[in-house]
Amino acid sequence: MSNVVQLPRWIDVGLLPILNLVLALAVSGLVVLAIGENPIEVVEVLLYGAFGYDEAWGYTLYYTTNFVFTGLAFAVAFQCGLFNIGAEGQAYIGGLGVALSALYLDFLPFPVMLIVSAIAAAAFGAGWAYIPAYLQARRGSHIVITTIMFNFIASSVMVYLLVNVLRPEGSMSPESARIAEHLTLPNIVSLASWFGIEAANSPLNLSFVYAIIASVLVWLLIWHTRWGYSIRTAGANSVAATYAGIEPGRHIIMAMMISGALASFVALNEVMGAQQRLLIDFTAGYGFVGIAVALMGRNHPFGIFLASLLFGMLYQGGAELGFEIPTISNDMVVVIQGLVILFTGAMGNMLRPGVGGIYQKLYVAWINRRNSRESA
Amino acid sequence: MEIFQIGVLLLDATLRTSTPLILAALAGIFSERSGTINLALEGMMLGGAFSAATIAFYTGNPWIGLLAAIATTIGLSLIHGFACITQRGNQVVSGMAINILMSGLTALVGIALFAQGGKTPALDKASRFQPITLPGAEAVRDVPILGPIYFELLSGHNVLVYIAFFAVPAAWWVMYRTRFGLRLRAVGENPGAVDTAGISVVLMRYRAVVCSGVLVGMSGAYLSTAQGASFLQDMTAGKGYIALAAMVFGKWRPFPALFACLLFGFLDAAATRLQGVILPGIGEVPVQLVQALPYVLTVILLAGFIGRATPPKALGRAYVKER
Amino acid sequence: MHQMHGTGETGAVQPAIELRGIDKRFGAVHANKEIDLKVDKGTIHGIVGENGAGKSTLMSILYGFYQADGGTIHVDGKLCDIKGSEDAIAAGIGMVHQHFMLVETFSVLENVILGVEGGAVLRDGVDKARVELERLEREYSLDIDPDAIVGDLSVGLQQRVEILKALYRGAEILILDEPTGVLTPQEADHLFRILATLKEQGKTVVLITHKLREIMAATDNVSVMRQGAMVADRKTAQTSPEELSELMVGRRVLLRLEKGEANPAATVLHVNNLCVDNAQGVRKVKNASFTVRAGEIVGIAGVSGNGQSELLEALGGIRSASEGSVLLNDQDVTPGKGVDAAELRKRGVAHVPEDRHRMAMVTGFTAKEAAILGYEDDPAYNKGILLDWNAISKATANMMSEFDVRPDDPDLKAANFSGGNQQKLVLAREIMRDPELLLVGQPTRGVDIGAIEFIHKRIVAMRDAGKAVLLVSVELDEIMSLADRILVMCDGVIIGEVSAAEANERILGLMMAGVDPNQAKAAEGQA
Repeated sequence: MSNVVQLPRWIDVGLLPILNLVLALAVSGLVVLAIGENPIEVVEVLLYGAFGYDEAWGYTLYYTTNFVFTGLAFAVAFQCGLFNIGAEGQAYIGGLGVALSALYLDFLPFPVMLIVSAIAAAAFGAGWAYIPAYLQARRGSHIVITTIMFNFIASSVMVYLLVNVLRPEGSMSPESARIAEHLTLPNIVSLASWFGIEAANSPLNLSFVYAIIASVLVWLLIWHTRWGYSIRTAGANSVAATYAGIEPGRHIIMAMMISGALASFVALNEVMGAQQRLLIDFTAGYGFVGIAVALMGRNHPFGIFLASLLFGMLYQGGAELGFEIPTISNDMVVVIQGLVILFTGAMGNMLRPGVGGIYQKLYVAWINRRNSRESA
Repeated sequence: MEIFQIGVLLLDATLRTSTPLILAALAGIFSERSGTINLALEGMMLGGAFSAATIAFYTGNPWIGLLAAIATTIGLSLIHGFACITQRGNQVVSGMAINILMSGLTALVGIALFAQGGKTPALDKASRFQPITLPGAEAVRDVPILGPIYFELLSGHNVLVYIAFFAVPAAWWVMYRTRFGLRLRAVGENPGAVDTAGISVVLMRYRAVVCSGVLVGMSGAYLSTAQGASFLQDMTAGKGYIALAAMVFGKWRPFPALFACLLFGFLDAAATRLQGVILPGIGEVPVQLVQALPYVLTVILLAGFIGRATPPKALGRAYVKER
Repeated sequence: MHQMHGTGETGAVQPAIELRGIDKRFGAVHANKEIDLKVDKGTIHGIVGENGAGKSTLMSILYGFYQADGGTIHVDGKLCDIKGSEDAIAAGIGMVHQHFMLVETFSVLENVILGVEGGAVLRDGVDKARVELERLEREYSLDIDPDAIVGDLSVGLQQRVEILKALYRGAEILILDEPTGVLTPQEADHLFRILATLKEQGKTVVLITHKLREIMAATDNVSVMRQGAMVADRKTAQTSPEELSELMVGRRVLLRLEKGEANPAATVLHVNNLCVDNAQGVRKVKNASFTVRAGEIVGIAGVSGNGQSELLEALGGIRSASEGSVLLNDQDVTPGKGVDAAELRKRGVAHVPEDRHRMAMVTGFTAKEAAILGYEDDPAYNKGILLDWNAISKATANMMSEFDVRPDDPDLKAANFSGGNQQKLVLAREIMRDPELLLVGQPTRGVDIGAIEFIHKRIVAMRDAGKAVLLVSVELDEIMSLADRILVMCDGVIIGEVSAAEANERILGLMMAGVDPNQAKAAEGQA
């Protein structure tokens, strides 16, 4: 299998992912054609919806925030060799932590609440991730299956709590009471006003800044600390890890809890920021988008940020689609998401032999030409 | 007598709710016993349900709808197979991709075709699978005990229910009593043994995922053209994952998986009937928690607290000849 | 046995197998170079060569597992186009792979019929198969219960199932790839008796091994491979182990390394009645007791799989002790009781494990990442909470120049180094920590000749610097040339000890087979 010429890094981390993305988008275009619409028009609507007006930007970045968190969550677990399919449930339970702290500790001043709510989210999310992690590490239960199961369990638990416990008396809808206004995360309008700028209204809020900080911290943790090194070692080769004195089980648990905590920060954006209360199904599949985002971003925070931006754009632009082209709903975005996971994740190596072959031919031709020129 | 009546009705409902689970769990068994993880049951079920409802609506014939469903799920299985077997891609990722893709695609196409918010038009009686009254059911109806059991419980289901229950021994027979089954199980345990015996590992695995596709297609058709009368957006609502759980719970074997499906189906049927019921001493039954039981039980099983679920040895690993 | 030589030379009888110009590349690796080979009918033909010489590749081509890039295969004089295992089976070739190709959850019978079931429904073929299997078992005295589950059988019995599989498919030619690597000496003896029976019945056997003793004892003819090429064919009766080993290596093996007398000082490692169980709970090390002193190399010899690996891994903190104790400089470091690999490293135990790829490094890591494995907590590699990659790069570059690792690029992926250079990097990582005790397993497995000498010298240098060294190796030459004292393990028990002066291949061989050392020495005296 090994090629005579090794593929350079830019092909590996740049060209191939982009080609895979193009492939996914091309197939999406075919789907649009099959429905009888014009793909170009769809792209125009998407782009307009994502960036075309002032509020759009805010919405795009608001979605991006969620995807950064769930993408990072998937990536951290992945670095430890684990498939955390459970970001959805971890974020959901994280929302419980945020809501409980904001509703029942409402006497706390805002700056304290900023920290307390983040800790509450992380604790609940990490706690929910702990059980499958423990079962994987100590009892060998396959984490893919258990995290899937835990998504459903989380969903049932939350519905139960929202319907029977958290629902304010007299209210019919299964949601919690509103969080006191002074405890919610400031949105883009008030943030911008601190700097004397006037921003268009959107759900974008302070948690976007958290997302950027989280990206940097994850990058440092994984590639620039001994804990990250240990997590990567445990993920890549558990026998070598044991040999090195890195106990794999402990690191599986550690990585999963960090992963769960990252996923739970979606709740900061949603519960503390955008919705200002705990809603049923507020995670809306963001946990699963995280898989696509992480795979596209090659499990690297920088790549994840770019991929999140793309998906934020698709989500926001997709909302516009439903209004502009009646035959195409925003489910188009889900289709694109599925295709992106398929082409960049499951079939990520499909184009490699072809691209590698072309590169090799070009490389050899280039060497030959240079040689003949030199000899001439 | 009333309790008996309720019991019969509950078991009758259990048969209905467990039917799609049984077909999908068997589908999972065929795929996973050959070494290919199949997390895509949920998405394939959805695809099958959509195709069945759509084609049955246009043709007015549920059987053609069923064929369309099976064709769809075979197609999806082949995509999954291409990613997992030929491309040696990540099988978990491929499964998730298909689930997400189908969740979007069925809604998208549904809206484009029918503009009913992701629903397909309601099917009339002739376009659906109708209950079949077994011979003599009317006659024995009033016989105590046995009468209701035969009339209510065993008779009066649509053909897919009977197919599902027949599929279990059939799958067992194929798996354990035929050459195909022997090779299929071997390829999921040690593909090297199959390869050195002169059998193509790749072809064997493709055959297995196609079998899986046929079964899960029926499961999807059941939802939209037998149990229901149209396709609804995301109508599987996690049934594919419950089937997956049942497969694991049944330790990748047809008969134990059947019992897991019946158990999970029973829990579902019971939860529906317990909605709002207040039990003496306990208070209102937390229905959501009853619904979560299949998942909880599966996790407990996986944790090794009730027996051990040992997956096929080569599950999830693409076959690469060793150097 | 000897009358056969004549027929081979006159060529009156068609050879069972003839390979002409077989060539195979894997990317940049030229695994088989224009190989010619003739195997006479009804003989046992040995193929020897070092690990990586291309023996297994050649046989895999013969069995259709790989396609050759060039060359032809002739079976019984007929040109055979072998595209897959099914073609090889049709041509009457059977193979017993090094890693058994058995389905462990299946019964013996099910394994045997896999691929030749004799009908779409099993029942039709199974009864016939059972009769045929019983006939084969009688004919070749291969006793085995057809209904036993293969996973429950011992390794030796599993191998029998593999042989039965081949015979059931009508194999006339049987290839065995390193068949004794996993067998106890008794099981190996039994295997050779089976092979002799096969030969009597007119079957042809090809035996791939790197153990010269087996070649000398069991074969009629032998072919030697070196670095992908076939370098010699001999009648076994007309060659010697010395000649074969020279042919395998390409020059006289450096049997004795130049090294001075050992100056053992205080006891560093004290092992007391140590027992170690494997993951299945089988006791692999039984009441091992010994010491290693500063300034000496203690070697542990034994047939692979007799507990040496588990002993080494326990001393390295990877496995827990079930019973007994381990003292390091009089401090209790019994593995498992709060002492793990990290703790042992802190106390000055360095460990070069037996399995480089599985254990000593993460092949996806870069060289500098591999160079801190186990030492990532070292303050020298950290600045506050962050890793200090500059310092790590410098340290790695230093290791590379000190141990002559090529290419000397700390950012290159570990997988891209040759085996010898990977091993040198691992040795550098462990030795340059200046440990009190060096545990080292199979230091030169899969390492090229030049690097072997270098590695041996560095190990002796450790001893001369007054460190304690415990060496585990299955290569007797290596043990004899490096160790000052030699312990021999058999079936988890340390059978006895021989000094370097007393040791020779015969004594060690007898002890490895479980013979009491005094008897072994007495036998040697008589010989």
